[in-house]
Amino acid sequence: MSTRIVEVRAKVLKQNDLLAAELRRRFQLEATCVVGLVSSPGSGKTAFLEKLLAALGREHSVAALVGDLATENDAARLKRATPNVRQITTGTICHLDAQMVERALNEWQLPAPEFLFIENVGNLVCPSSYDLGEELRFVLLSATEGEDKPLKYPTIFNSSDVAVITKMDLAQAAEFDLAAARRNIQSVRPGMQTFEVSSKTGAGMREVAEYLVQRRAQLQPADHAQAALAQ
Amino acid sequence: MHELSIAISLIEQIIQESAAREELRAGAIEAVHLRLGVFSGVDKDALLFSYGLACEGTPLEGSRLEIEAVPLVVHCMACDADRSPPSVWQICCPDCGTPAPDIVSGREIEVRALEIAA
Repeated sequence: MSTRIVEVRAKVLKQNDLLAAELRRRFQLEATCVVGLVSSPGSGKTAFLEKLLAALGREHSVAALVGDLATENDAARLKRATPNVRQITTGTICHLDAQMVERALNEWQLPAPEFLFIENVGNLVCPSSYDLGEELRFVLLSATEGEDKPLKYPTIFNSSDVAVITKMDLAQAAEFDLAAARRNIQSVRPGMQTFEVSSKTGAGMREVAEYLVQRRAQLQPADHAQAALAQ
Repeated sequence: MHELSIAISLIEQIIQESAAREELRAGAIEAVHLRLGVFSGVDKDALLFSYGLACEGTPLEGSRLEIEAVPLVVHCMACDADRSPPSVWQICCPDCGTPAPDIVSGREIEVRALEIAA
């Protein structure tokens, strides 16, 4: 049987990308700096976020959306830092997508915060394909995981904007080679901004908070122009 | 594994394209040609496996999925040229070694064409 080939040229995740672009516009208009967090399970996303919410929350309005397959444990933990926390339970899905974020935000009806964090499901593979409309994607790597993690998962490191090395208080015990980790991060994502933190001792957290405040300040001139245009 | 989610999105995308373009409805869809970047985060074999499952009960049931791998290409500022880096974990120019953060291609998950029964 004969067939004919018809050109199509369509992105498979077009629907997700369109929705993410819409979310990004909405966040810009509301002057919300949105940060996505990705990492492998157990690398300290929730502990890091708890400390960061507390640090930023002293002078800024903050909120967090947290994704997990099951349980609301992470939301309960983060509520120690801010009441503005909402859990997304994905069931069997290994990543968040833009639709889950949009639905959660619409149901939530939270007044736009200055900073919104979206903690993805612990997974270093699947979340890399899905744009959530975030301004910045942070990828976390703990000192106990080994310094070659970026080389093993280049796609997620390359698709992220900032790398955060967590559990630095355990670096010596784990014989973590910080210089090699930094080199590996630069190998998969040249020029990547990198922070080293310990959520336990609080070391390095102030630098991350200051960086985010600066990033949000850079957002604002454009936002005001856009808000003016929208009126 | 998120390839099943990708396969479902792929099928939904094709159904939408078919609804919008009459020439895609002229006959049964025999095959889908997909361009898949090596830096897309999607595994080819897992996607092929998922595609068969996701097609069941849709107009694409029984169709083939043909995957063309798109290599990673970066732009080297020093050479002012597009180059393929030595590996996915060494994002630099293969000739001069300059780090090359600008990705030109390799992230694609894109339907290129449909093969329609004539």
